[in-house]
Amino acid sequence: MRYERPQTIEDATALMAGAEANAFVLAGGTDLLVRMQSDAFEADLIVDIKAISGFDAITQTEDGFVIGAAVPSAALSEDAALVAAWPGVVEAANLIGSTQIQGRCTIVGNLCNASPAADSVPALVAADARAQIAGPAGTREVAIADVPTGPGKVSLSKGEIIEAVLLPKPEPRTADAYLRFIPRTEMDIAVVGAAVNLSLGDDGTISAARVALGAVAPKVLLVEEAAEALIGSNLDEAALEALAVACSNASNPIDDKRGTVEYRKEVAGVLARRAAQTAYARAGEN
Amino acid sequence: MPAIAVSTTINDDTVEFLCQPDETLLDVLRNRLGLMGAKEGCGTGDCGACSAIVDGRVVCSCLVLGAEAEGRTIETIEGMANGNELHPLQRKFIEHAALQCGICTPGFLMAAKALLEVNPDPTETEIRFWLAGNLCRCTGYDKIVRAVQDAAAEMRGETA
Ligand SMILES: Cc1cc2nc3c(=O)[nH]c(=O)nc-3n(C[C@H](O)[C@H](O)[C@H](O)COP(=O)(O)OP(=O)(O)OC[C@H]3O[C@@H](n4cnc5c(N)ncnc54)[C@H](O)[C@@H]3O)c2cc1C
Ligand code: FES
Ligand code: FES
Repeated sequence: MRYERPQTIEDATALMAGAEANAFVLAGGTDLLVRMQSDAFEADLIVDIKAISGFDAITQTEDGFVIGAAVPSAALSEDAALVAAWPGVVEAANLIGSTQIQGRCTIVGNLCNASPAADSVPALVAADARAQIAGPAGTREVAIADVPTGPGKVSLSKGEIIEAVLLPKPEPRTADAYLRFIPRTEMDIAVVGAAVNLSLGDDGTISAARVALGAVAPKVLLVEEAAEALIGSNLDEAALEALAVACSNASNPIDDKRGTVEYRKEVAGVLARRAAQTAYARAGEN
Repeated sequence: MPAIAVSTTINDDTVEFLCQPDETLLDVLRNRLGLMGAKEGCGTGDCGACSAIVDGRVVCSCLVLGAEAEGRTIETIEGMANGNELHPLQRKFIEHAALQCGICTPGFLMAAKALLEVNPDPTETEIRFWLAGNLCRCTGYDKIVRAVQDAAAEMRGETA
């Protein structure tokens, strides 16, 4: 195995594109190093992206925020402007693992590991975030939901590396929230995760919404019917019930020791309701 | 596999070592540098016994490659005491009997030190959440939490 630490994105993509087989990008390593411990894992090349200039920065632009692919989750909660604009994205990223994991793990790594239960991914989808991808053929941008294609699988081509996550500038009176259910209070894998991002009009009714669910399908779900249930309402009981039903119906989870199909569908509705209430209260304060 | 030459700073000393590309920082500390304080409980990021501070953030050294140490500033338990004078956290762990077998202790101390650097006056809940990635099979945690609270108070100058 070879370890490389390129200084530029061009060198990094060239290394990845030129690798014969089993080449891996290394960000925080909290998934990759765990996999490396297994005998079945083989790597010929590890490309550490943390020395690439700008990759460790959170930048505020006219369009929103650019979060570099090497920014650890802990740094997100230290950025006051980001916390104010996207509290749900930050709370989701801060649920990943322990303090020690927070010091290393990245949201791009969370996305590219492509676990259906990845905590930050539903929040990024609800926030309408995009991934900026560099590759041998230049750069491109895709919606976050288009990066994972199934458990452990992503849509990146050979040589492509995600450079940053782009978060839009929120409209006035907009806020998001993320909740997950785990049987413990810390350090566990989501049984269900729900993210809601909504905007209020001048009269206080919901003018726009995005609802995303994690851990209830092979990949993150953006639930359009759930958003429609919210839009035009004041988050009254009828809207909340329609939201919960839409989320339960959209869920297509697995049955395992952590939760049955029926249970996960029910919890998806309950969490979406609560996340919507939190986002609504936050939006009202903006 | 060709070895990689790494130059880093550990507990204020410049340190140079050779390691294999797939060797973890934990293995480098223990097997190459003789720094045996960090322990391997799990090797997969779950127990925190291997905690070290890298560029000011506490991390699991079992989930860091030795090669990644290049140019970084690393703190381990071996650098915590000032000569023969124990750090207040170390002293309070002894006073409160916050350890039994001691396997988890270096990790708890490194994580608690990192906490008090960013939050000198944490609540019990904040301490418990911050230390949730450190597992202890012996103490039941209460004594550890009391020791951290007491050390924090002393470091704030509130008790003798
Ligand atoms: C103890 C423990 C607890 C955990 N708890 C949680 C949890 O509660 N919730 C949760 O969602 N996850 C959890 N995880 C999983 C993991 O921490 C997260 O998925 C984390 O966000 C991964 O980020 P990373 O930067 O460490 O990724 P890495 O391990 O560096 O990379 C992960 C994968 O993504 C690829 N990759 C990374 N960056 C890029 C890039 N820029 N472009 C292309 N590919 C890339 C890598 O090649 C690798 O395949 C936990 C892990 C551990 C060890
Ligand atoms: S040995 Fe590193 S976390 Fe357990
Ligand atoms: S004192 Fe034995 S594991 Fe904590």
